[in-house]
Amino acid sequence: MTGRPVGPVTSPGTRADAGDWGTDEISVLYQGRLALDKITLRAVAGQLTAVVGGDGAGKTTLLRCLAGVLAPGSGHVRRPSARQIGYLSAGSGTYPDLTVQENLDFRASAYGLSSAQAREQSGDLLGRAGLDAARDRLAGQLSGGMRQKLGVIAAMLTSPRLLVLDEPTTGVDPVSRSGLWWLIARAAADGCAVVLATTYLDEAERAAAVLALDDGRELAAGTPDQIIAAVPGTLRSVAGRPPGSDEQRAWRRGGRWRVWDPPQSASGAGQPIQPDLQDAVTVAALARELRLAGSLR
Amino acid sequence: MWAMILKEFRQLRRDRRTLAMMILMPVLLLVVLGYAASFDVSSIAVAASGPQASTVAGALPRPFHVVAAENTQGRGWAQDQLRDGNAVVAVVTGGARPVVLIDGTQLFAARAALTALAGQAAKSGQAAQAGQVAESGQVAQSGQAAQAGQAAQSGQAAQSGHAAQSGHAAESGQAAQSEPGTSQVALQTTTPQVHVLYNPKLATSDIMIPGLAGVVLVFIGTIITSLGVVRERQSGTLEQLAVMPLRPRDVFLGKITPYFAVAAADLAIVLVVGVAIFGVPFRGSLLVFGLGALLFLFVTLGIGVLISSVSQNQGQAIQLAVMTLLPQVLLSGLIFPLSSIVAGVRWIAYLLPLTYFNEISRGVMLRAEPIGALWQPFLYLTLLGAVIVTLASLRFRRYLAPARSRRAA
Repeated sequence: MTGRPVGPVTSPGTRADAGDWGTDEISVLYQGRLALDKITLRAVAGQLTAVVGGDGAGKTTLLRCLAGVLAPGSGHVRRPSARQIGYLSAGSGTYPDLTVQENLDFRASAYGLSSAQAREQSGDLLGRAGLDAARDRLAGQLSGGMRQKLGVIAAMLTSPRLLVLDEPTTGVDPVSRSGLWWLIARAAADGCAVVLATTYLDEAERAAAVLALDDGRELAAGTPDQIIAAVPGTLRSVAGRPPGSDEQRAWRRGGRWRVWDPPQSASGAGQPIQPDLQDAVTVAALARELRLAGSLR
Repeated sequence: MWAMILKEFRQLRRDRRTLAMMILMPVLLLVVLGYAASFDVSSIAVAASGPQASTVAGALPRPFHVVAAENTQGRGWAQDQLRDGNAVVAVVTGGARPVVLIDGTQLFAARAALTALAGQAAKSGQAAQAGQVAESGQVAQSGQAAQAGQAAQSGQAAQSGHAAQSGHAAESGQAAQSEPGTSQVALQTTTPQVHVLYNPKLATSDIMIPGLAGVVLVFIGTIITSLGVVRERQSGTLEQLAVMPLRPRDVFLGKITPYFAVAAADLAIVLVVGVAIFGVPFRGSLLVFGLGALLFLFVTLGIGVLISSVSQNQGQAIQLAVMTLLPQVLLSGLIFPLSSIVAGVRWIAYLLPLTYFNEISRGVMLRAEPIGALWQPFLYLTLLGAVIVTLASLRFRRYLAPARSRRAA
């Protein structure tokens, strides 16, 4: 019972080149609110692209458009055929009342894998994910981390050309997160174009490209180094909450405070520091907020 | 406690469907039950045959109303009118005494007919005959029509019906003669012989079990299916299905086929239990019954999918399923005769698949109706199925083929 188109799909009308998937200036209006505003994303074969942003930034909407769950109101989506997409929706996307093996069998059957292929692929992935022993357990009885791993390997089962993962590590303990990242990195190393959404910026630093979203708009895009290099002004670290107007450009990180000084502004007390990706994205969000409030030009 | 009450009110206010159901359901039930809950039969369809058919047709008092009169036809034609559901009572003239055939599957109409016939006997004042009847202990004295009717039903009428079914009376023309053990009540000036056909004992179980088979199918089809699909949405797997290389119709059919199989097995069990334990007859074609049941199942499963496609969670799905189940039980003719339901409410019955399945199951099981005589319920069930399954498929498609049908603005 299969029958989706087998060729690459664009929405609408542009031809997708193999291995170069993504979105071109897509917009989505959701319940009267602009959920995505002309967002462009590139997903390159063999590369991992991270979509970062806070809650409600539009990460899930973007990934849903890319995977084909939602059609954008405008713009183009370039993606391979349904048979060549692996998708993990928010949550594990697995059937809690099926066993681990049954979940994988269903996926393999729906994608038309032969039973020999299915056995080989699922055996390999279960081994890599450390789920071999849980093969006959119900997915609903697995721990959160194990269930997420199952969701990820289910998405990878058919060796997709585009792997779209919506927050695969959210709510997962550090050990399981590390295991999941190993699986995902392997998929990219095997030539798959991987796009994942995450709220963890330390994770995003491992990606080849990062797209930061805020309220449905692009905040920053490029490699982590490019995003860091593009931070305007300077950044300093202070011990306590800064006084006066500095406070609106400050945030707490670890046991200290970061203060951002925009270009052409006087720098206050504190130790100058080199920003990392987390600082860069925070500065970008802060700058946008201040611009909207009229406090920054 | 106040905090708890306030929280519940807030949640209730936001769950508008539950709120609407809590407020509207009692009103709806009252109106429907008020207008539908009636066992009173005010009109009984009659077919008359034989040389005096027209005369009898013109002379029959209320609640009888003649729907067909054929001077050239005989008992076979009259019996066909009952079998095919065109009339509840058939009067066959031409013999020494008219023969009255009553369709026992129309329980309340049959009882009303017997009551009316007994009342007619009491009115006509045929002392000798009435005395004869009274003597046999079948009809109550003092012209209490209702009781007389009851007595006639539970007494010898049943036996005579049995005779008619087995073909004895019909074949030998004995209907025109006085037989011991045959109910006799007056029809105008002559005492006719009364035969209750298809359900001679006027047993409630014979009527209910074919209908209850339909209720079981509605339950499985609507409630269970609606839960099965909405569960996919709640667990987030519907979104996974949307990106899989599956066509919406594959998902739709794949989803309902197991329920279809389980419901078909359920139906077989209900039938075997009905026949083996309750002694309900199965006189017609199993093939025709099976065809009707499959069609009906398809419609109910379609309703289940439709409900699930408009429900956000399992609670909402159950609420909606119950809202479709209740009118089917109350208005399909399963409990209250359709003819007793006021016209303003009765039209709802014609939109319910169980109404047509009742006609098919009772027709096939009790009256051995052939498929030709059941073309109407088959046709309407097919039309209902086409509309419901199309709607369900379109709704389903919205989730599973978003690129074509769910374009965001």
